Amino acid sequence: MKQRVYYGALALLVLLGCLPFLDSSYALRIGTFACMYAIMSVSWTVIGGFTGYPSFATAAFFGLGAYCGGVLINKGWPLFAAAGAAGVVAFAGALALGLVLLRLRGHYFAIASLAVAEVLRELTNTATELTGGGMGLNIPVSVTGSSSVMGEASFFFWAMWALLLLTFIVVRLIQESKLGFGLVCIKQNESAADMIGVNATIYKSLAFAFSGVFVAMAGALYAAWVHYIEPPDVFDVLFAVKPIVMALLGGLGSPAGALLGAFAFLGIEEAVWRNYLQIHSGVLGLLVVVLLLFLPDGMMSISKRLSQLGGRRG
Amino acid sequence: MTIPSAPLLNLTGIQAGYGEINVLWGVDLTLARGEITALVGSNGAGKSTLMRTLSGLIVPTAGRIDWAGEDLCGQSPAQILARGIAHVPEGRRLFSSMNVEDNLLMGAYARKEPRAAIRRDLDRVYATFPKLHERLGQAAGTLSGGEQQMCAIGRGMMSAPRLLIIDELSLGLSPLLVEQLVEALRSLNREGLSILVVEQDVITALELSTSAFVMDMGRIVQSGRSAELMHDPAIRSAYLGALAA
Repeated sequence: MKQRVYYGALALLVLLGCLPFLDSSYALRIGTFACMYAIMSVSWTVIGGFTGYPSFATAAFFGLGAYCGGVLINKGWPLFAAAGAAGVVAFAGALALGLVLLRLRGHYFAIASLAVAEVLRELTNTATELTGGGMGLNIPVSVTGSSSVMGEASFFFWAMWALLLLTFIVVRLIQESKLGFGLVCIKQNESAADMIGVNATIYKSLAFAFSGVFVAMAGALYAAWVHYIEPPDVFDVLFAVKPIVMALLGGLGSPAGALLGAFAFLGIEEAVWRNYLQIHSGVLGLLVVVLLLFLPDGMMSISKRLSQLGGRRG
Repeated sequence: MTIPSAPLLNLTGIQAGYGEINVLWGVDLTLARGEITALVGSNGAGKSTLMRTLSGLIVPTAGRIDWAGEDLCGQSPAQILARGIAHVPEGRRLFSSMNVEDNLLMGAYARKEPRAAIRRDLDRVYATFPKLHERLGQAAGTLSGGEQQMCAIGRGMMSAPRLLIIDELSLGLSPLLVEQLVEALRSLNREGLSILVVEQDVITALELSTSAFVMDMGRIVQSGRSAELMHDPAIRSAYLGALAA
């Protein structure tokens, strides 16, 4: 059953990869955003789903990656090297930060992780010479080597899609690894995990770092895609909240659930935005609340519920 | 006259607590190799704090924990487990949504031996506690109290320890279940495992063990052979109450 779900999620990803053949810039834009948000929610699963630490630091990683990537591209680095460097910086930063922040638990950790983005935003605002401060940062338009709008849109879609595929595979491997089992133990009972020899401090920091590395790389790709970034845009609190809602919608603790949750959330958001322009935020919020009320274990529990229902009728 | 066994663990002047609050005030304790030792005392005497200190969850502020010539003070729980001290905590602390077998296998998490050796130890746990084999696919959180205690002890056994510390063996369990657990521990001890049992139920603890320590107000106040302590008038009046009469 578990394996089937993952093959299904991979099949969905491959299907999404066919989007450029539709030759629609709108579809490509939505698809690129879907991949970007899925990277965030699948990454968040490592710290929030496996480890049980409600991290709001996704926005911090995204903003950090966007600025790292933007600054390095402006210094003449190739796009993928800049994205890779952004990932390395985020991984190392999260690892060091995790050793301090992850001594806090529950709400305390959540609030501290939320503050990371605010601190980074202020630092970015202050470091005017490097980041452009409140004026924002321009990124050259010629990073892809493509001269057409569709060519560039396809390039960034493929780049984000490939990063999502990489994120999904790595997170799945973490889930099946010794690290993943250790994280689940920490989630269920941290002191018992300590007693069986899980080094909780290191493991939690690694989980925090893995929840940031691909998000930072996505941030770098985003910066190159939109050509201009500013602190309120890339350190937006919605980048911290939406991945959590997506992961909850899909099914907490499941990378496939986080992937499906991201696609479902964006699909619903797009449909609501089109039909209820004035009140779309309210309607979207209401829909998410209703969905979570009726599916507290997310979309991944639908098949289980249907089989239970079938069993009762039979 | 019996020849005393070589010491396995030696604690000298251990002081520890929680932040500013000191709970242990210079604990001295020696465990003999291959024996079952009991640590008894009333609620709040500091027994669990001492066990948490022994397994590295609390770092002592003073004293020495001597294990095979090495001081364990300041070592992490993972390091202490690797040295061969496994702790079955009060309240069992199982991974409730994992099944029984996964809980047991998590006990071998830090071991680097081949799978066959771990499988052999798993079979040994099932042989000691056949009930666990019947429930191997069941979520640990849905087990009865006695089965949970078996699972917690089994998880401790899976780390292949030289010393197994069991905190509050009988807490919340029926006398019949306690008797089954006591038999299982005796059988493990006969195979060579040293065991330290922390108990509020003084009769169970003294009947099970060879030697015992009595703790009160964060200090060891009495120690000796369990059979002798069982007949000690002070112990009988302090811990056995009406039964002593």
